[in-house]
Amino acid sequence: MALLLHQFLDAAVASKPAHVALISDKRHYTYAQLGEMVVTLAAELQQRGVRRGDRVALFLDNSVELVVGVFAALAAGAVFMPINPLTKADKLAYMLNDSRATALVTQATLEPIYADALGHNKTVRSCLVVGTSTLCDARIASYPVIGANNAAVADPGLIDQDLASIIYTSGSTGDPKGVMLTHLNMVSAARSVSTYLGLRGDDVVICVLPLAFDYGLYQLLMSVKLGATLVLERSFTFPIKVLERMVEHRVTVFPGVPTVFSMLMNIGSLASYELSSLRMMTNTAAALSEEHIRQLRGLFPQATLFSMYGLTECKRVTYLPPEQLDIRPTSVGRGMPNEEVWLVDDTGKRLPNGSTGELVIRGSNVMRGYWEKPEETAKRLKPGPIPGEMILHSGDVFRTDDEGWLYFVARKDDIIKSRGEKVSPREVENALYALEGVYEAAVIGVPDELLGQAVKAFVALKPGYGYSERDVIKHCIGRLENFMAPKYVEFVDALPKTDTGKIKKTGLA
Amino acid sequence: MSDIKNQVRAYIADNFVMGSNAAKFADSDSFLDLHIIDSTGFLELITFLEEKFGIQVEDEEMIPENLDSLDNIEAYVSKKLVKV
Repeated sequence: MALLLHQFLDAAVASKPAHVALISDKRHYTYAQLGEMVVTLAAELQQRGVRRGDRVALFLDNSVELVVGVFAALAAGAVFMPINPLTKADKLAYMLNDSRATALVTQATLEPIYADALGHNKTVRSCLVVGTSTLCDARIASYPVIGANNAAVADPGLIDQDLASIIYTSGSTGDPKGVMLTHLNMVSAARSVSTYLGLRGDDVVICVLPLAFDYGLYQLLMSVKLGATLVLERSFTFPIKVLERMVEHRVTVFPGVPTVFSMLMNIGSLASYELSSLRMMTNTAAALSEEHIRQLRGLFPQATLFSMYGLTECKRVTYLPPEQLDIRPTSVGRGMPNEEVWLVDDTGKRLPNGSTGELVIRGSNVMRGYWEKPEETAKRLKPGPIPGEMILHSGDVFRTDDEGWLYFVARKDDIIKSRGEKVSPREVENALYALEGVYEAAVIGVPDELLGQAVKAFVALKPGYGYSERDVIKHCIGRLENFMAPKYVEFVDALPKTDTGKIKKTGLA
Repeated sequence: MSDIKNQVRAYIADNFVMGSNAAKFADSDSFLDLHIIDSTGFLELITFLEEKFGIQVEDEEMIPENLDSLDNIEAYVSKKLVKV
């Protein structure tokens, strides 16, 4: 049984070397091939000085190089940090500096971004680039091709308490926080999720979500754990292409978020695609409407649908068994295997069924905290029932019915969920204040049919400044991941204030 | 015919690009590869094409071969305009 995350791959290489592990960019990679690529990159990283516990940032599109990067960083003994390729230079620099990453693996098409970020970073000693880099920087080297490095990978001596990954997540303070996950955390989460889903070694899983998003990442981890096949798409931008791939590879598992399912169901010719192999769909990040659930089940009657809820801090929290979907369609279910969840009141007291309160999570999937943020960590990780153990306070308010099934009520903070991604209003406001002439800014989420919530900004300008809505949006796209940029900007003379002079968002819409 | 490219390039410059990718992108460059437009951005681009050129982009036509570079857009829009 695998104790370390990358042992999933070792096991699959040993037991099913010729099985197709990955289909990416129209190319097939067997487990044996993937294993060989991982050894090459891991040896390269070690030769470049990467040691146990070092952070290796992976700033790449969904690709074979990213998949290999995950397992190679682990095999070298390092902690991998998947970074969304939509990230802009300032934020990339922040993450590299905050984590003190020693290596960066990236791609030449992102050069304007990483070049700028490296200019503000001194910790990265090696930057391995897929494609041809034109940057003059001694740290730059080419991503190694198979056989480029034949050195043996030294055993870094990891145990399951070592960190496997740091995944940055948006926080209400505006500064992204690095969620620290151990090998035990991730192996446990992958085991629990794949168990309740009933994933199999003969499954063909399609991933249209970024691997920098834990929901996407776990499609890879679980697929490798099961020795299954992952069809990795860069995105869901061209749904027709994804459908063609699903038909071609007889995809059996389709993980999505509401925006993806909504785009899928809008395709008029959907019924003409032969998708009878599809046996499972999963949804998380935001709830599907009852109407969408009904439509999806009508379109794919042979496939079971799992409604789930989770957060990066512990990967997944709950799932609704498909047979419960007709009985309680709006529930996100119950805790997953090997995990305990319950509701607490404001004093931390456990509440009985039929109550409303904050959801807390106990299990080996719960993170070790936020990287070098003890205060933020203390707000989320609090002492549990057994001396010395910590449980996770989710920050999300739920209610339970009489049988203990969970229903999402609200977040305790003001984080916006757009397109399934977390958007910190503070982070967007910080970007708005960086625009010359912005006097006041407030950002909220407004309902949106496709996105779930759309980001809306209220902006008051200093005298003498004039911008169009598009000017402001474009400024934000230059600093934020595109999904964080406001969809709407409303100019106001001034923003409402509280008695203490703080900007008051209640009433804005 | 480069008129189509100019109008689309101006639209993209006005709405999406910033930084050093902006100045450089060539007519044949993929917007996706260079991260000039993301998935939501493509939906906006399609709305722009429909309004600007009076065409209707069908579901089946929402593919990179038609939309993922200035060259591809020019070829696609020209073909649609002939049909209209």
